[in-house]
Amino acid sequence: MPANFAPSAADYLRILPEIIMTVAGVLIMLLEGWLGENKKRNLSVQTFVAFAAALVSAVAANGNPGLSFSNMLIVDGFATFFRVLVIAVGILSLFSATQYLKREHAESSEYYALLLFSVTGQCIMATANELIMIFIGLEISSIATYVLAGYLRDDKRNNEAALKYFLLGSFATAFLLYGIAWIYGTTGSTNLSTIRIALLTPGSETNVILAGTAAALMFVGFAFKVSAAPFQIWAPDVYQGAPAPVTLFMSAGPKAAAFAVFLRVFMTAFGPITSRWEPFVWSSALLTMIIGNFAALMQTNIKRLLAYSSIANAGYVMVAIAADSQIGVAAAMFYLAAYAFMNIGAFAVVTHFSRQGEKFVNVEDLAGLGWKQPVTAALFSIFLLSLIGVPLTGGFFGKFYIFKAALDANLVWLTVLGLLNSAVAAYYYLRILVVMYMKEPGEATLSLQPVGVGIAATLWISAVGTLVLGIFPSVVLNFATASSALVK
Amino acid sequence: MNLWLIPIFPLLGFLLNGLLGRRLPKAMINLIALGSVALSFAWVVKTLVGLGPIETKYIEHYCTWIQSGTLNISVDFAVDRLTAIMLMVVTGVGLLIHIYAAGYMEHEGGYYRFFAYFNLFMFFMLVLVLAQNYLLLFVGWEGVGLCSYLLIGFYFTEQFATTAGNKAFIVNRIGDFGFSLAVFLIVRQFGTLDFTKVFDAAKGLPAEASTGILTIITLLLLVGAAGKSAQIPLYVWLPDAMAGPTPVSALIHAATMVTAGVYMIARSASLFSKAPITMDTVAVIGLATAFFAATIGLAQTDIKKVFAYSTVSQLGYMFLGVGVGAFSAGIFHLMTHAFFKALLFLGAGAVIHGLHGEQELGQMGGLFKHMKITAITLFCASLAISGFPFTSGFFSKDAILVAAYEHAPWMYWVGVLTAGMTAFYVFRAWFLAFTGDYRGHAHPHESPLVMTGPLMILAVLSLAGGFINIPHFLEPMFAERAENQGLAWLSAGVGILGILLAYVFYVAKRGLADSFAKAAGGLYTLVYNKYFVDEAYDATVVEPLIEGSRTVLWRGVDAGLIDGTVNGVGTRSRGIGSILRLAQSGNIRSYAAWVVLGSIALLLAIGFSGGLR
Repeated sequence: MPANFAPSAADYLRILPEIIMTVAGVLIMLLEGWLGENKKRNLSVQTFVAFAAALVSAVAANGNPGLSFSNMLIVDGFATFFRVLVIAVGILSLFSATQYLKREHAESSEYYALLLFSVTGQCIMATANELIMIFIGLEISSIATYVLAGYLRDDKRNNEAALKYFLLGSFATAFLLYGIAWIYGTTGSTNLSTIRIALLTPGSETNVILAGTAAALMFVGFAFKVSAAPFQIWAPDVYQGAPAPVTLFMSAGPKAAAFAVFLRVFMTAFGPITSRWEPFVWSSALLTMIIGNFAALMQTNIKRLLAYSSIANAGYVMVAIAADSQIGVAAAMFYLAAYAFMNIGAFAVVTHFSRQGEKFVNVEDLAGLGWKQPVTAALFSIFLLSLIGVPLTGGFFGKFYIFKAALDANLVWLTVLGLLNSAVAAYYYLRILVVMYMKEPGEATLSLQPVGVGIAATLWISAVGTLVLGIFPSVVLNFATASSALVK
Repeated sequence: MNLWLIPIFPLLGFLLNGLLGRRLPKAMINLIALGSVALSFAWVVKTLVGLGPIETKYIEHYCTWIQSGTLNISVDFAVDRLTAIMLMVVTGVGLLIHIYAAGYMEHEGGYYRFFAYFNLFMFFMLVLVLAQNYLLLFVGWEGVGLCSYLLIGFYFTEQFATTAGNKAFIVNRIGDFGFSLAVFLIVRQFGTLDFTKVFDAAKGLPAEASTGILTIITLLLLVGAAGKSAQIPLYVWLPDAMAGPTPVSALIHAATMVTAGVYMIARSASLFSKAPITMDTVAVIGLATAFFAATIGLAQTDIKKVFAYSTVSQLGYMFLGVGVGAFSAGIFHLMTHAFFKALLFLGAGAVIHGLHGEQELGQMGGLFKHMKITAITLFCASLAISGFPFTSGFFSKDAILVAAYEHAPWMYWVGVLTAGMTAFYVFRAWFLAFTGDYRGHAHPHESPLVMTGPLMILAVLSLAGGFINIPHFLEPMFAERAENQGLAWLSAGVGILGILLAYVFYVAKRGLADSFAKAAGGLYTLVYNKYFVDEAYDATVVEPLIEGSRTVLWRGVDAGLIDGTVNGVGTRSRGIGSILRLAQSGNIRSYAAWVVLGSIALLLAIGFSGGLR
């Protein structure tokens, strides 16, 4: 075996975003101790610069696609799409966090470093071509996120959220690892393409059962991370308990990255045994949509409501995966981008509104926001309308492509039930709109301060993103369609 | 021809008033709101004059919107004769109602907001009628629904208005569910959403191969149309929608938006006419709605509610028309209805305005001498809706009824009976409001010219609008209708009989009505309470849904943790005794148990039995 492990310059260029963010994260940790108390907040600027540089290098890396580090990583359109997406999510999370941290008197740069590490992990997930790399990326991302969830260590809710997330997350990761071991035992490889080839070669019946079991075990791990039923149970508690800007981040970034590996593993490696896993994704998708939407109907806490909405939205993406087609992959990618914008926007409003100690997190507290801060309310309305799936928003086209893909794949009943579900969903989003515009302002609204710069930037960027995806969907969709071919 | 200018004017009006309206003086808001619609109307006229007789469809292509695989959807606007009629109705009647609203809303709070929404509505409605593919039509379709919701809930301080707005939105979501599913099926079947391409492909399909799929597609489109146009079983939102300001009822819930369903069916005539089962369903639903809503209209005491049920009923007529294949008759009635129903609502608004917000017929009476113009114009509208000879309603309603007779004579007879009831309850309202002695306590006064002006123009249109020969104009698009003079006169006679009965009951022999109501007893209660349909829906659909999600999902699957993460004690006291409570404790062990159970189920299914299939 010719062993040339020395990586080439091209290899390094392909993982430049990860290198930049890791170095920046480490430096920020060091600077934290170095600098005096009063200089700390400047580090958010450094963090932004690191993210921006990573974003540029991720885009640049797409001009130089290919495998690197002995086929461990792959830079292709699909990877670039998700890398850009998670870095963008990181930037928006950074914007919305600065003000929050100051408000809670918890301004320390660890937060920024953790954010950088978490996004690094997600970037590795997006580029991983290999189960071990996937596992490493997932862990880097998850561990940083566990810590972020418990960031305000004096807050009981934060502690509980972090502990739950950590324990259950580790538990689910064990299933994933077990699945990796199983597929390695069956095919002798952890490389996705090699596994695919091994499964394509006509083998014995046992082999398929073993591979199916491995797929099932890995499904547990991924379904947990994307909060798909029946493994969604942690999400409402954790989303509700974690600090609002962390919830904002968790519901967009790690979820998108988890879907990226989900798509890549199941489409590439387990593509040959589709008939085994497809019915299961099908039922999980349906169950996820139903649990998410119907449980959201009853919620009074807006973070918890959005948590269930996030579960329901994971269900829609699962529909796209169940379609098991190139269009389905493209639809899932598009939807995840649209979802990231509208969901980050919604959580940014919650971050802004909840005030110190997250006092105001009930739907009713938003009463009269439409009159007190018309611009914030108008932007929030855009996000809600997009979540409902009203045309000219990203959410509409996202659902449109997903259900079109499902119908193309002959999943008629799933389409019908999914559309019915999204009709139900209108109800709980509408309730927020009603409260904002049609109730008299209460104590919570009247004492509201003006929107800070960071939150304002997050809101406007998310709103523009939501509308651009809704009015000019082709730009993103064309890229997604072109790169979805690579996953098969 | 720059068709895009037609919707863009109201959109600019919306943006200007929406963003700056708060700081602008009323005169400026009026100029923007009314001016933008006037410009739009002018551009419609200019375009139609420029296009001449429109022998073939005129299409303008702007850009490709979506290019995904083989699916290509572009942003195209088109004008054919059907669109021409709709454009004239929407911008023409829309302009009159905008002018009226400037007077009506003068003393209301949120003036700029009202006109911003109103202009936005015009934009989406125009997109809807100009669209050359189903997706763009759907954009307009959802947009008008959104504006309708915003405007119904305009008086947001009143709980009832908020609830009504919600109801409209939710019921329309059910309709939209059908519509979007139909759109998906059209993409799947034809690979395109472009009207011309879809209809050409549908024409090319052999009958036996296409009936099945076309029936499903058209039935789903019908669900959408029934939601938007308030047909059985989705009509419940429209009467409640009257909680909005009266100009809104006139423009959105009478003249334009609610007729979008009829327009969409007529637009898709090539698909519908190849699906006989759907056509029959459309006709039966339309007829049933017409009859059913008319009976409810007989017993309502709120003047706007009377007209609201009459709208539902008249929309039923239009559905009957398109359902029996008389598409041009349905559109003809759509147009005349826009004239006389807008007038009825605006007239009712003038009465309410003159009585400082009173809507109960019981608090009116003898208003003729106080508001002559309103009374006379409303009389014209009432004649038209009753199908009095040579008014606009006479021509359009009879076009539908005659076509129904050709299809199935019993439909004609039910339609005639409904026409009699319509004449009765509309004139009942007129007599109760304008004759006899004044029973209320306000100081009635006539409205200013800005309000009565549009009334007078609409009165002329209601009387003479029938001489615009729409069926002839639409002949190149839809086959010519049947003629039958005898039947036409018969239904007109029944209408006149209805008017006379109303006269006897409410002018000549007062009190007769009350004794009738007493004699009918239970039947009267049933009708007065609208057959308890709202209550039935609540009991069979809404409550079980809410209860179901409460008990199964909230208590069962989710832990019942409204505030559970911190407050484990609080949750424990709730719902003890349920087996599923094991899962609600919010504690990690039980969550982990869920994960294990789920995994075991998954492994069994996927690993050993080869998946679920």
